[in-house]
Amino acid sequence: MSRLTACINAVKAANRKVLIPYLVAGDPDADTTVALMHQLVSDGADVIELGMPFSDPSSDGAIIQLGAERALRQGTSLHTVFAIVSAFRRTDRHTPIVLMGYLNPLEAIGYANFVTQAADAGADGILIVDLPVSEAQSLLALTRPRDLDMIFLVAPTTTESRLSAICENSSGYIYYVSLKGVTGAAIIDTGEIRERVSALRHRTQLPIVVGFGIKDTHSADAMAEISDGVIVGSALVQKIGELTENGKRDAAAIAESTALIKDIRQSLNA
Amino acid sequence: MSALETAVTAAAPAIAPGVVPETIASTGQDQFSGPDVHGHFGQYGGVFVGETLMAAVEELDQVYRKLSKEPSFWQAFDYDMKHYVGRPSPLYYAERISKKFGGAKIVLKREDLNHTGAHKINNTIGQALLAKYMGKPRIIAETGAGQHGVASATIAARLGLECHVYMGADDVQRQSANVYRMKLMGANVIPVISGSRTLKDALNEALRDWATNVDDTYYIIGTVAGPHPYPMLVRDFQAIIGREARAQSLQEYGRLPDALVACVGGGSNAIGLFHPFLRDSEVAIYGVEAGGDGIETGRHAAPLSAGKPGVLHGNRTYVMSDANGQIIETHSVSAGLDYPGVGPEHAWLKDIGRANYVSVTDTEALDAFRMLSRMEGIIPALETAHGLAYAFKLAATMRPDQFIVVNLSGRGDKDLNTVAKIDGISV
Repeated sequence: MSRLTACINAVKAANRKVLIPYLVAGDPDADTTVALMHQLVSDGADVIELGMPFSDPSSDGAIIQLGAERALRQGTSLHTVFAIVSAFRRTDRHTPIVLMGYLNPLEAIGYANFVTQAADAGADGILIVDLPVSEAQSLLALTRPRDLDMIFLVAPTTTESRLSAICENSSGYIYYVSLKGVTGAAIIDTGEIRERVSALRHRTQLPIVVGFGIKDTHSADAMAEISDGVIVGSALVQKIGELTENGKRDAAAIAESTALIKDIRQSLNA
Repeated sequence: MSALETAVTAAAPAIAPGVVPETIASTGQDQFSGPDVHGHFGQYGGVFVGETLMAAVEELDQVYRKLSKEPSFWQAFDYDMKHYVGRPSPLYYAERISKKFGGAKIVLKREDLNHTGAHKINNTIGQALLAKYMGKPRIIAETGAGQHGVASATIAARLGLECHVYMGADDVQRQSANVYRMKLMGANVIPVISGSRTLKDALNEALRDWATNVDDTYYIIGTVAGPHPYPMLVRDFQAIIGREARAQSLQEYGRLPDALVACVGGGSNAIGLFHPFLRDSEVAIYGVEAGGDGIETGRHAAPLSAGKPGVLHGNRTYVMSDANGQIIETHSVSAGLDYPGVGPEHAWLKDIGRANYVSVTDTEALDAFRMLSRMEGIIPALETAHGLAYAFKLAATMRPDQFIVVNLSGRGDKDLNTVAKIDGISV
């Protein structure tokens, strides 16, 4: 059983909701990213989605694009991402890390090279936004032997036939996209999400976590109620952006930037 | 009569010059086999978009596969090509300029004479028919130089569709005349301030809009890039250029051309000309990329000449990216070629060796722009001028009994400010 699956099983067994913050590797810099990850764990994160910054993040909204631009200005590459994971793993061997990003950087260094380095560094899952299941077989052939989970998105527009293929090829968890749009947009219809998630339950045993548009305790509670947990991205990246604006990197500033995750954890546990 | 003129006359066809064939009936049948059912041209193409857009892309593929088998669809397309666009566009023998180079005859396929002044309208009419059939009341488009935006706004106005055009904020400034054209026709032009504020960022924003408004929105991609089925269907609409050119060559010159030349940004005008000739192995094919300041400087927009395979904007193709896979900024005097990717079918044609991809610099393109203006009374688009610059070099190496068809993909009115600025003149 992968570290990711074991972790989520344990959270569910404890009758808790899974909380997954997303941050961009290298934003505001590599060392601070490692500190932020540790802070997120102490705030109550169960899993961390670590964004691999890309110059053309066409499924993301403006906030995450700006985060990626800050990271790229620091010279962040996939090698930096692996180094961040390794550094985090020196003191945390428990919290699963999912690397999330776009395909072209993997194309540039080669899939085999990517999978080897990601697994060796201590990553647990991979989510490539612009890699649908139909194009993912060559990457899946490499990730399976290394026990890396491949996570795919399910959207409100996903058709029945696609759903089968996604469920068959996914492991770790299913990432349900709450809305039609990009990251950071606003959730409109909780009722529809509830229906879609419960329909998805009949298709898969995998945990279902909801992302896109979760920006406060209210939206997190609403989405967690109808799923196994939530992913919080843009709202956190927005706060982390302030570290660049005010130039602060100290422990207090880092704790301040992740305070939202602490609040959401408390609210989810209540 | 000079030796060259004698040669030209000898090579002239039996049919009287100036007689142009009727529009060649469109069928949507490709003459070179690709893509496969998953949209692959060899290792290139495919579908690489976020899950939210997958259903829309698959629906478009199904609708197009169905409609493209129906003769009535192509009849409607051909009707508009003839009566609205003004097709067929003529083949024009550029005699003075051909003689200047002393080699092969340079023959221009006059896409600049189309309504809206470029080949882009062929594609927007075809896709607007799809949008109408699919019941989508809202269309979106991305544009660089503004030609595709204008062509989209044009057909939206004619069909009564709501139209939003994404355009890099810098391009909005540089191409103000085209922005005003779009607005006159009722389109909403949205300046894109994210990323490098150019065509690639306009494409990113259009993809975001599409994901957000996918239920009622049709995205008219302007070139043979994007996820399958776009590279296929845009090619099928633009292939009217090559079908006409092929028939016109046979009719007016009694044989096929020795070479084809077209500029390549995303590559829609080029694939449109090339595709119907792909099986004619005796016809040499040249795609001309934007060499900017020169390939060796790194400041260019020539992914086929100096890029490597990667994935951008929904398809696998040659892209300009750094060692870490980040897309790098491109440079070209021509906004329409200023793009870091290229259509996947071109990537495949390069790899299999059926087409040759070369580049010319900004300076060479500007020289060709001026030369065609002065010697033929035709002001070409700066994009087109790249094809011309290479054709001039190529013609000089060929015999006077040979001929080259160059896709004169657009007229240069939109570039007057750019060129005047380079010349230090304000217009």
